[in-house]
Amino acid sequence: MKFERYGMGIAKGMALTLKHLFRPPLTVQYPNEKLVRSKRIRGNELVWFPDRCTGCGTCTKACLQGNIILVTHHGEENKFIVDKFELDSGRCIFCGLCVESCPYDALAMGLEYECAKYRRGDTILDKEKLKLSDKHQPSAYFRPQFYAQLPEQSLLIYDRKEGGQKLTLFPLSKRKRGPGA
Amino acid sequence: MPIKTEPFYLNLGPQHPSTHGVFRLRVQLDGEVIVDVEPIIGYLHRGIEKLAETRTYTQVIPLTDRLDYVASMTNNLAYCLAVEKLAGIKVPERAEYLRIIFSELMRLANHFLAIGAFLNDCGALATPLIYMWREREKIVDLCEMTCGQRLLFNYMRVGGMSQDVPVEFMPALKKFVAEMPKFIGEYEQLIKQNEIFLARTKGVGILPREMAIDIGASGPVLRASGVNWDIRKKDPYSIYDRFDFEVPTGDVGDCYDRFWVRMREMRQSVRILEQAIGQIPAKGTVWADVPQFFRPPAGEAYGHIEAPKGNLGFYVVGDGSIAPYRVHIFPPSLMNVTALRDMAIGWKVADLIIIFGSIDVVLGEIDR
Repeated sequence: MKFERYGMGIAKGMALTLKHLFRPPLTVQYPNEKLVRSKRIRGNELVWFPDRCTGCGTCTKACLQGNIILVTHHGEENKFIVDKFELDSGRCIFCGLCVESCPYDALAMGLEYECAKYRRGDTILDKEKLKLSDKHQPSAYFRPQFYAQLPEQSLLIYDRKEGGQKLTLFPLSKRKRGPGA
Repeated sequence: MPIKTEPFYLNLGPQHPSTHGVFRLRVQLDGEVIVDVEPIIGYLHRGIEKLAETRTYTQVIPLTDRLDYVASMTNNLAYCLAVEKLAGIKVPERAEYLRIIFSELMRLANHFLAIGAFLNDCGALATPLIYMWREREKIVDLCEMTCGQRLLFNYMRVGGMSQDVPVEFMPALKKFVAEMPKFIGEYEQLIKQNEIFLARTKGVGILPREMAIDIGASGPVLRASGVNWDIRKKDPYSIYDRFDFEVPTGDVGDCYDRFWVRMREMRQSVRILEQAIGQIPAKGTVWADVPQFFRPPAGEAYGHIEAPKGNLGFYVVGDGSIAPYRVHIFPPSLMNVTALRDMAIGWKVADLIIIFGSIDVVLGEIDR
């Protein structure tokens, strides 16, 4: 293969890489800096609201993994009382069909995404673990009522001056170095 | 006295960085020259077609995400088109436009990864790949904003989309589309005239026009061989007949042509996105109210689309119940990878990696 001026194409490419050298970085230092996730994120660990759940079992029918276990008995005024509501987050594929199908907004996807466990048994979530708590917050996937309380997502499309790439910064004293930081 | 020789067999894969998944190639070599190539598939078989028979029509959609996981929204679209044809469901206007927007975004995302990984195979280590992932990341951000996940979207439903896009989606998409041609120009500057790249790809792994048609190749592999075949033009599905775009084709069908066809297709995708943003109705429902356990009538339907990798078809047979009787998937990657043997024979081992990279296959789709 013959070229008129050998090396011109490589020089053009190198000029572009040189230009990139002076651009601000887009990456963040992950364990210490975190980008804000989407409001609709389908994170790990679902959130279950026991006061809204009527035990109708629509979520168990919608689950394609057959992952949600629901046991009820009849209470006063012929209402269902939920004895057991359990799912295995290790078998869950986080498709969100259960949240989508719930007619009483009793189930929501979680916000968490760092949910690695040491033991396989820890992935099973029972009634207590699924309840709302400080560390266990619902996302706005199919639940628009939570939109207002969640922070804006950081988008790479906007650069930092335009309000994109919002970071959750940890205070310097809490930052760790090394594996598992 | 003649020297007794025997062929040398080389196992490329299943764990190999440039095989794009768990793909095994049994290569017969004469020195460094390839005599025969035998692809061995099935390492990623999950039985999705069989699993689909025990799920309801809605529950199959998350399974289709796991076929071509680089551009998973297009799989949802092909399946939904087949079921809508079976059940006779009409999709609302706004949902049709959202489908077009997301399938074109997926085409961009797929071509970024395809070209980046292809250049990585050529020896342009990581720099072009990371530049292209920067733009792919923006698309993934948009998808995360709409449907909550970054890889397996599960966004389309039979009869439309699962939910409307948030208010901050459209301004972000407009900004993305406006600056996209600049970035595509950057990639062209970076790699198009690079002498090393040209010397390694021009004339390598030629797939002749007749053979490409005979083996049933589709997508950029077929168009690089000079065949003007695009289902968006030839059998318009959804609302593709409303948009003005061109179908880029190559001349000889070598690795460079396949790269260059993908590059020009990205510009056409940006054109379609610009038109779709201008035409989309501002308000309206995005989902024809289809019940969760709906029962399409007994019968059969075939829906096919122009997925980023080629002609993706879903054949759905219904028996009147809530679950499909049979779902057959016609994947483009499987058809394209059958051309690998004829393209690679006579070239050296280093060229085999380039030729395989230029086909752009995803093993989730081949093995299903």
